[in-house]
Amino acid sequence: MQIYLPIAEVSVNVFLLFGLGGLVGILSGMFGVGGGFLMTPLLFFIGIPPAVAVATGSNQIVASSVSGLLAHLKRKTVDLRMGTVLLIGGLFGAAMGVAIFNHLRALGQVDLLVQLCYVVFLGTIGALMLVESLRALQRAKKPGAKITRRKHGWVSTLPFKMKFRVSGLYISVIPPLMVGWAVGVLAGIMGVGGGFIMVPAMIYMLGMPTKVVIGTSLFQIIFVATFTTLSHAITNETVDVVLALFLLIGGVIGAQFGTRIGLKMKAEQLRVLLAILVLAVCIKLGLDLLIKPTEIYSIAVGTV
Amino acid sequence: MIRVLSLLILLAAPAFAEEEIVLGLSQDEVAITATFEGSEILVFGAIRRDSPLPSGLLGVIVTVAGPNVPIVVRRKDRRLGIWVNVDDVKIDAAPSFYAVATSAPLKKILRASEDLHNRISLPQVIREVGTNVLDSRSFSRALTRIREANDSYLTLEGAVDLSRDTLFETRIAMPANLTEGYYSTRIFLTRDGNVVDSYMTTIPVKKVGLERWLYNLAHQQAVLYGLMSLAIAVAAGWLASAAFGLLRR
Repeated sequence: MQIYLPIAEVSVNVFLLFGLGGLVGILSGMFGVGGGFLMTPLLFFIGIPPAVAVATGSNQIVASSVSGLLAHLKRKTVDLRMGTVLLIGGLFGAAMGVAIFNHLRALGQVDLLVQLCYVVFLGTIGALMLVESLRALQRAKKPGAKITRRKHGWVSTLPFKMKFRVSGLYISVIPPLMVGWAVGVLAGIMGVGGGFIMVPAMIYMLGMPTKVVIGTSLFQIIFVATFTTLSHAITNETVDVVLALFLLIGGVIGAQFGTRIGLKMKAEQLRVLLAILVLAVCIKLGLDLLIKPTEIYSIAVGTV
Repeated sequence: MIRVLSLLILLAAPAFAEEEIVLGLSQDEVAITATFEGSEILVFGAIRRDSPLPSGLLGVIVTVAGPNVPIVVRRKDRRLGIWVNVDDVKIDAAPSFYAVATSAPLKKILRASEDLHNRISLPQVIREVGTNVLDSRSFSRALTRIREANDSYLTLEGAVDLSRDTLFETRIAMPANLTEGYYSTRIFLTRDGNVVDSYMTTIPVKKVGLERWLYNLAHQQAVLYGLMSLAIAVAAGWLASAAFGLLRR
């Protein structure tokens, strides 16, 4: 069954959209990430115009993050104060990200920028996560080995310190502002929530306890993704609500299966799998940049 | 000498105008609904003659053109080891959809000069402007190639059925990814490659129902539309969480 998307102006198969939503939903349920980094490239792949894919992707992230956040609020694993600080940085970043996106769209280089962002960030995060989780797996085999937690000296020397009770931290607001800002910029450009960058940054750079990280990251992602969706809807008119709806339905069902699969696996195994997945997407996008494309010409509609 | 000849041709041309096209269309409007899967339009008609059958090879050409949209064609090249958009050519007007259906190979029934004048074949339809690239022709060829690959540009030689030199009919399949607008439909009647009569009409292609409403909302009430999309997202997220909660109990 085909459906005509009113904004993207393409006709796509409904079951393909359900399937895509479902697949990304399974993964997000398993790993606790929004899945935007997978959704946006997959939408490019099925022929959705990049601008629509990026804008609609951020709308879909709002939905999956709301769903996740509500669960975390019940378990009281959200640091609202830290989330607010991250959010302030995030909104400035997102505004900048959308502005950069629009500027590069006019130059015809937006695809390149989005792809480069994906390759660099997915590559870095994926590699770091793989190394870390493989080490964790080895540690698990040798019981009794000490887990050392690194402390960053420079973070504690910065001014404007603030107490974050839920996270049990007393640190300067500058690092969280910077992290929020950087993730916001990427969210605007890449059409992702930025969870896959935010989560490691909170754990390794801010030193937050793992149990509050996902909830807090979801809290700030909701607002940043809301802001990006609105900016894209107003300045570019590229949010396709029909597309978002079908992805959502698939995503919700997929997330349910994903959570069940995730519960049966060890945390370290999950992280290794997520790292491999992230690296696979990175390698695929990287090869597209390096290998001569079969069609070197592309068409852009409009007087840009 | 050439001038005299061309004058003679000009004078001779009206003599053929005794042949006239009478047209019918299977539908006078294409509606894009939510489940739109493309559409086929049937163009049929007859040739009316006041005088006995003139001599010369008779040809019928039917063209359907979507709205003209300015576009930019970009070409990638290798820079610092990666493939980047480097050159671009702005194309002033390229139809979003174009189909040419003919009763015989186009070259046989249409002179190049007539093609140029009436803009019938694909290379004549696409006009490029504003280029600083030497081989701009390869850009418009690339445009044609890409759009032919997704059935947006069709050259259907021999697709017009011509019976007893009087009745003609053709079917043109329009793809599912149609753009809205007025699709101009032209029919040309040729004798020995010269256009003796032409007829033009427009078929409106419109989004209807929900598609129309959403499209208008997105473009005219962008803020409201954005808020609506977000409301749907938040509601879906909340519903999902509530449903998960119920299932766990």
